[in-house]
Amino acid sequence: MEMKNSFIREVADRKYEYGFETDVHTEVLDKGLSEDVVRLISEKKGEPGWLLEFRLKAYRYWLTQKAPTWGHLDIPEIDYQDISYYADPTAKGKSGQGDKEIDPELLKTFDKLGIPLEERMALAGTAVDAVMDSVSVKTTFREKLQEKGIIFCSISEAVKAHPDLVREYLGTVVPYKDNFYAALNSAVFSDGSFVYIPKGVRCPMELSTYFRINARGTGQFERTLIVCDDDAYVSYLEGCTAPMRDDNQLHAAIVEIVVKENAEVKYSTVQNWYPGDAQGRGGVLNLVTKRGHLRGRGSRLSWTQVETGSAITWKYPSCILSGEGSQAEFYSVAVTNNFQQADTGTKMIHIGKNTKSTIISKGISAGRSQNAYRGLVKVASTADGARNYSSCDSLLLGSHCGAHTFPYMDVRNDTAIVEHEATTSKISEDQLLYCNQRGIDTEEAVSLIVNGYAKEVINKLPMEFAVEAQKLLGVTLEGAVG
Amino acid sequence: MLEIKNLHASINGKEILKGVNLVVRDGEVHALMGLNGAGKSTLSNVIVGHPAYEVTDGEVLFNGKNLLGMKPEERACEGVFLSFQQPVEIPGVSMVNFMRAAVNAKRKYCGEEPMSAGDFLKLMREKRKIVELDSRLTSRSVNEGFSGGEKKRNEIFQMAMLEPKLSILDETDSGLDVDALRIVAEGFNRLRKPETSALVITHYQRLLDYLKPDIVHVLIDGRIVKTAGPELALEIEERGFDWIKEEAGI
Amino acid sequence: MDKMDSRTQYMDFYQKAGEMISARSCSVMNEVREAALAVFSEAGFPSRKVEEYRYTDVSADFAPDYGISLLPLQGGNLPQYCHRISESPAEVSAYYNRIADTSDPVAALNTMLAVDTLVIHVPAGTRVEHPIQVSNVLKGEHDTMVNRRLLIVMGNGAEADVIVTDKAVDQRRFLSNQVVEVIAGEGAHLSLYEVEETHLLCTRYSSVFIRQERDSVVRHTGITLFNGHTRNRLVAVLAGEGSEAMLGGCVIADKSQHVDNNTLIDHRVPCCQSHELYKYVLDDTSVGAFAGKVLVREGAQKTVSTETNANLCATGTARMYSQPMLEIYADDVKCSHGSTVGQMDEAALFYMRQRGIDEAEARLLLKSAFITEVIDSIPLAPLRDRLSILVDRRLRGELSKCEGCSLCR
Repeated sequence: MEMKNSFIREVADRKYEYGFETDVHTEVLDKGLSEDVVRLISEKKGEPGWLLEFRLKAYRYWLTQKAPTWGHLDIPEIDYQDISYYADPTAKGKSGQGDKEIDPELLKTFDKLGIPLEERMALAGTAVDAVMDSVSVKTTFREKLQEKGIIFCSISEAVKAHPDLVREYLGTVVPYKDNFYAALNSAVFSDGSFVYIPKGVRCPMELSTYFRINARGTGQFERTLIVCDDDAYVSYLEGCTAPMRDDNQLHAAIVEIVVKENAEVKYSTVQNWYPGDAQGRGGVLNLVTKRGHLRGRGSRLSWTQVETGSAITWKYPSCILSGEGSQAEFYSVAVTNNFQQADTGTKMIHIGKNTKSTIISKGISAGRSQNAYRGLVKVASTADGARNYSSCDSLLLGSHCGAHTFPYMDVRNDTAIVEHEATTSKISEDQLLYCNQRGIDTEEAVSLIVNGYAKEVINKLPMEFAVEAQKLLGVTLEGAVG
Repeated sequence: MLEIKNLHASINGKEILKGVNLVVRDGEVHALMGLNGAGKSTLSNVIVGHPAYEVTDGEVLFNGKNLLGMKPEERACEGVFLSFQQPVEIPGVSMVNFMRAAVNAKRKYCGEEPMSAGDFLKLMREKRKIVELDSRLTSRSVNEGFSGGEKKRNEIFQMAMLEPKLSILDETDSGLDVDALRIVAEGFNRLRKPETSALVITHYQRLLDYLKPDIVHVLIDGRIVKTAGPELALEIEERGFDWIKEEAGI
Repeated sequence: MDKMDSRTQYMDFYQKAGEMISARSCSVMNEVREAALAVFSEAGFPSRKVEEYRYTDVSADFAPDYGISLLPLQGGNLPQYCHRISESPAEVSAYYNRIADTSDPVAALNTMLAVDTLVIHVPAGTRVEHPIQVSNVLKGEHDTMVNRRLLIVMGNGAEADVIVTDKAVDQRRFLSNQVVEVIAGEGAHLSLYEVEETHLLCTRYSSVFIRQERDSVVRHTGITLFNGHTRNRLVAVLAGEGSEAMLGGCVIADKSQHVDNNTLIDHRVPCCQSHELYKYVLDDTSVGAFAGKVLVREGAQKTVSTETNANLCATGTARMYSQPMLEIYADDVKCSHGSTVGQMDEAALFYMRQRGIDEAEARLLLKSAFITEVIDSIPLAPLRDRLSILVDRRLRGELSKCEGCSLCR
């Protein structure tokens, strides 16, 4: 026991490299939420009547709902009237809509974040949609993608340019009545990405959205919709950061994915919202609903997430496996340190015959953080031959953190096979000693071991993201073990 | 004893057997040879009624009875025994209970009374000796924790217990060292009677040295393309299968 | 009937019969009655939104109009170590309602209505040679609710095996709501077996609360052979270092049976172990649920915990919910859980058929083999052998009501 205490110490402070603020003129709506605010957002975006209707229905429903409390989380009281629901850093004074020029400060911001928006400088093979606060700043490589019939733009633009497509799919995977935060998002969603991959097209580059919260006291309510038509393929990446602030910032997003016959979507997230300081002040409240609907025969969807940021994470990227023989995967690494809290996992709903799902979850808790896996595997009576395998491992660093596993299994079919295993452990002293004996110091040894532990998930990420995720794991745990 | 006519069978819609013809008479030992994937195991599985295989054409007669219309257990009780290539482990089911259920199922099928516990245990003891099967193994769950060689011995032990008319040995020699092979083969030979027959699937001459087949068949791509005496196996050992393919024009 | 109505019915009864209950009971039980009433009247029956009760509709189970039995313990001379609570030493009866979770409304209902308690008291250092058997026999001409209460006090170093059986004699609706409290003193060894063998009209609610002191070992095995609706809650608190809890259970259910096992193992101190193994075989339209939480509190280092729940659904209409949970606040621990819902092993089935065993028999052998793991873990040989036979007969459909007791013949 002596040995344990010698290498675990409290974290004084941690590095959050992305905690700077950008000084741009930002048009911010007055704080507060009402039907008028919902109408105003819709008006600012020049939306058609049906979308305003959708927002209003969601808003009225939201008013009747209470925030869910079943998570293993201590969520601070959120005053929904003390938040601004719209912030536009691209608005120049009162020039209004039209040909906006991008403020060079904005480009610099994204450069600093390692996301160059100049196409010539961009990472090879990645198209980016950059979203700051409520507005999409720029989408790169659009023309190139258009040649293949691929639509990749902000959802606001999609509403104008492809209203039929948006209307056909919006809210069909995550209905506004789905949950409290989904209703809120449906009422006030600002921007996000829209992707449409036509039949038989393999998207030639990774599509990526980068979310950034900048303005103070604003909530971000982005909405992403991805439709992958028959036999099409796309790999989509999402990254997020926010400046350091003492107060909590609310982020309540929705991601909807439609996967059609024999189509495949890979959705990868590296979530690095500001986690708050070492005393648990500030940080992003990340309350997100993500879901994919595997509608066709043989469709495939894979969620990979590396969650290192946010003060609170409440997030369950899920899959509805309707199509016969469809396959879904959920690969997750969630790291919590200091006072961070995470309640994350997935839902796999098997409806179609011979559907298959895999869940691999790795939780790492340090400091005084709480890290919970929560997952549901449901096999409907129609899902003959359904198969699920879940494996959830937790690693504890330090004796004041918590690691929890809450899997739910609901099986109504006798030909299904559902398996779940979970383990909780710490880094063994033998492993550390072995590394030390080979000349590796303890901090590096922990980083090595943690990276090895998370490897199964990291390997699922596209190359550039994998490198970033590995670095993040190191940074997030820096100081957790001394 | 066994008569297979124009047998076609497929698995998951893929045709594996494409018209197999084969006659095994009483007392004969037949060897079935061929490359991996030729359909040898499929043939044995179809004969014993594995549910994953679909028979699309042809017939299999066993002592004049239509085997294909029977359930797997009825075929077994009629006297068809398969020594599995990879015997499955059945945790929790003891060898004793399992064998007693099997022996009594056959007795019931033949209109005989079930065997008393005492007689049954005596029979187990006797038969165990034939393949030198450790009593330790028969007190465990079926095949659970058995080594590869022990599993194969256990198959021959079960054959001894059930006294089948036709035994199909599906690569019983694979995974056996020289001594184990000898024990298994000698055990098999001791169980032979003038009226019992066998179909032996193997890649190697080794096993056939012991079992001395009367007739050797070569199965290629779902058809028996060559049938000859025991000298054929020796020739294959020396020259492989290519010359047979050429001869058959494949 | 809604929740309010089910609750009201019991409140009304207590209003009318409260004095009679107290008169038939004793002071140690009466002292806590009002507090229990307060808890029950405030909370009512838990809805399915309450996490611990999400798989069972409690209110519906308590809704029918039962006559409530106010009979004291039956049976003439109680065996050695067994006492009516009114006759047991004060320091023993003082444990009454001290181990139980007094905030649980279903247990509170028992505390409110129970008139008698069977106390099993094994003094320190005593080893009880033969198992103590408690038979709960449900009989009567009317639909009846019974509130059973059992208190087991194991002195330091005491050792005993206790078998509790549930049987139902008459084809009536019976509702039993039992509370069992167990205190295992330092170094005590207790094996507690519960065997339920009733019928489709019976509803069983059981709340077992165990508190373990240093180096104690408690084994609890719950066997549901035949029942109607069953809900078993078990809470084991490992309060002393070096203590060990082994929980096991098997369920064989078919027809419209419902079995919900809910366990909580609370590791409060370092160096304790807990092991859980629950297996279900479900047929027809039966419903099974298992929710087991292992809580490792801050500071409970060197905890070792394993939890396994394996289930076999034999038909497409049977339904299984499985929810193994780990909630861990200490880092130097080894905890694992595994849960499976599966079907029969087709390869094993075919292997057996190739040996001439017909399909129905082969399925039966596999089901029996599946359950065997739990039965084989019972150290008490005569009980293990008896249960093996009962399980086999149950799976063959030969056991449709209670067996083996003279009352049924």
